[in-house]
Amino acid sequence: MSETVPGDDSVGDGTSPDDGDGSGGFMGWVQKSDLRIVGVTLASMYVLFTVLVLLEQGLGFDSVNSVVGAWRTLTFLFAAYAVLALALNLHWGYTGMFNIGVAGFMAVGVYTMALLSGTSDPISAGQGYGWGLPLWFGVIMGTVVAGLTGLIAAVPALRLRADYLAIVTLGLSEIIRLLAQSRDVSTWTDETFGFATGGGRGFFLPDRPTEAIWGTDAGQSFVELFTVEIGGDEVTLVRESIIADFSWSLVMIVFLAGIYWLLRRIGYSPFGRVLKAIREDELVAQSLGKDTRWFKIKVFMLGCALMGLGGILWQGSQGTVTPDSFRPIVTFYVFIALIIGGSGSNTGSVVGAILFVGLLFEAPRRVGSIIEAWMNLSSAPNTFHDALGSLASLDVGGFVAYFIDNLGPLQFVILGLVLVVIVQRRPEGMLGHRTEVAAAIDLERGEIDE
Amino acid sequence: MSDAAADATEAPPAEAADEADDSEHSGPPLEVRNLRKLFGGIVAVDDASFTVEQGSLTGLIGPNGAGKSTTFNCITGALKPDGGTVRFQGEDITGMRPEQVANRGLVRTFQIARALPEMTVVENLMLAPQGQMGEKLWRSVLPAARDSVVTQERELRERVWETLEFFEIDHLAHERAGNLSGGQQKLLEMSRAMMTDPDMLLLDEPMAGVNPTLEDKLLERIHDLREDGYTFLLVEHDMDIIMENCERVIVMHQGSVLADDEPERVRSNEKVIEAYLGEDI
Repeated sequence: MSETVPGDDSVGDGTSPDDGDGSGGFMGWVQKSDLRIVGVTLASMYVLFTVLVLLEQGLGFDSVNSVVGAWRTLTFLFAAYAVLALALNLHWGYTGMFNIGVAGFMAVGVYTMALLSGTSDPISAGQGYGWGLPLWFGVIMGTVVAGLTGLIAAVPALRLRADYLAIVTLGLSEIIRLLAQSRDVSTWTDETFGFATGGGRGFFLPDRPTEAIWGTDAGQSFVELFTVEIGGDEVTLVRESIIADFSWSLVMIVFLAGIYWLLRRIGYSPFGRVLKAIREDELVAQSLGKDTRWFKIKVFMLGCALMGLGGILWQGSQGTVTPDSFRPIVTFYVFIALIIGGSGSNTGSVVGAILFVGLLFEAPRRVGSIIEAWMNLSSAPNTFHDALGSLASLDVGGFVAYFIDNLGPLQFVILGLVLVVIVQRRPEGMLGHRTEVAAAIDLERGEIDE
Repeated sequence: MSDAAADATEAPPAEAADEADDSEHSGPPLEVRNLRKLFGGIVAVDDASFTVEQGSLTGLIGPNGAGKSTTFNCITGALKPDGGTVRFQGEDITGMRPEQVANRGLVRTFQIARALPEMTVVENLMLAPQGQMGEKLWRSVLPAARDSVVTQERELRERVWETLEFFEIDHLAHERAGNLSGGQQKLLEMSRAMMTDPDMLLLDEPMAGVNPTLEDKLLERIHDLREDGYTFLLVEHDMDIIMENCERVIVMHQGSVLADDEPERVRSNEKVIEAYLGEDI
């Protein structure tokens, strides 16, 4: 057997030979392998943020900690968004199911995990508390319950047209968030089941399992490696908290790799072929004898379960959680990541997550603080009107200060603009143009294989 | 499974079926009785009844709005009929879902070719075969079970390439289906339908928008397949094609069957001529 078997081999195929822009040189080398594409994109983000941090803080031993800190944030968010974008790609990119309730399914995962594995004595009154069961059990159940919630949404909605599924999922996601927000629900679960969601006061979550490493002697001696003696002074290059965060991000990347493997297997299989057919034209798939209902239900449940898991890895690992973490904007962000990367491509989902987190999510803030650090800005005007006024009196600083001060809200504007440009100029995203043939084998005319 | 169905073009299901199924069902494979379909107040199909004989190439014609496509959709499950029965090989298939109808060996193509545009031509054909093990999620994912999926994929690939050659679109194999011309998409649709290993094919205007060269090719294929024992029901707008190629013609008009006869006798049928407003048929 001389053929390659997609989905079984290491990443590296999937690119069609007529990939115009990948002909030669470094870019050509990169595009030969999906792993290289992801690696180079991630590496260039690390470089970019190194430059940004150094521009802000200048060269120095103190900056090492800030640079690594920026990498930490980047890695953590990248892994989180990549898991969610992959799950959404299964729904939207592969099967064409317009799920705009990603945040809701994340919330189900996180809250199920919290209620089962969360501490049973709340630190302050009114906060959520759980049953104190082992964490692994909570994580598995969180994933499973998110999948089952998907089933509840899917069974009535999948009989309707695609846009109704969107409305159902958005509505469900908001219902879940509002239930988690409700004080009455929290009181009721407290009295009925012996756990409480905590309402708006949120939930103290179980520690990350990786935290245990840093309490041990071996862990501590590893941390001490990053404290060096320079000119007689003890300098801590990287603080323990950042090392600890990084160790968790590594766990997330392991999960990400597993999920990528799973979805790639699905993509390159007869099952994935039916999913694509459903996306392209469901009646054709049915007329060829495929019971599309089951395919859709299975895929919807699987995707929702992965969203629940993604939520646990991300929001469930940050010490506390409140219902505010699951606003619909999160779903919107995941969609942007997926669209940038190229809906329909698993590798594209991962690349899109890196670019979204790096360029759109983190970079504007960094640039803002660089400008702030350099321009020595005075206090920013309070309103846009005042800012314009200062501009009229030829005081550019006031206007810039206002601009920087409002970078948070402006980020939404930037995101919207980027989305419009991408959808108009390159709707297929970074990698969506590739032909990733859904089959377990290479479909080139086979040699007579015995 | 694959050996028996190794080649859609060489293993005529009907001949094999003749020996096996004759005891159960010897009548015509498709029987439509008093079929009715309403759209609001409009009666699209009004008590239509007809049968299609085993191994025949039967034409279904009628002026625009006669209810041909609606009849097709009611037979194949794309629409639920409001009354009447459809029987396929003796089994009542009235109101079944499209995939249930297809799985019983009654497979259709569409009036406007519905290729799966973002999928390649080979991918389109690989989709069609029934009973693919890899359509079970766990088999596609679990390492141990995946081997059997890969084996079956290899067998299917053989059949796919043979079918592509038979329809002479093998040079387009890796093209995205959406890039094909209208006529090529019609060929793709028919080869894809063949890959399901059907007993009977319902072709909804297979020649519409097809250039004369491709049209001849398509007709040639249909005749080849018919000689192999497949049954065809053909909706067609073009009278000449129907008259020259079909041995029986069903004429629909205003939702009902107006005539059901040999082409020559249909041609001279007063009612048919009237329905076509003196058009030359």
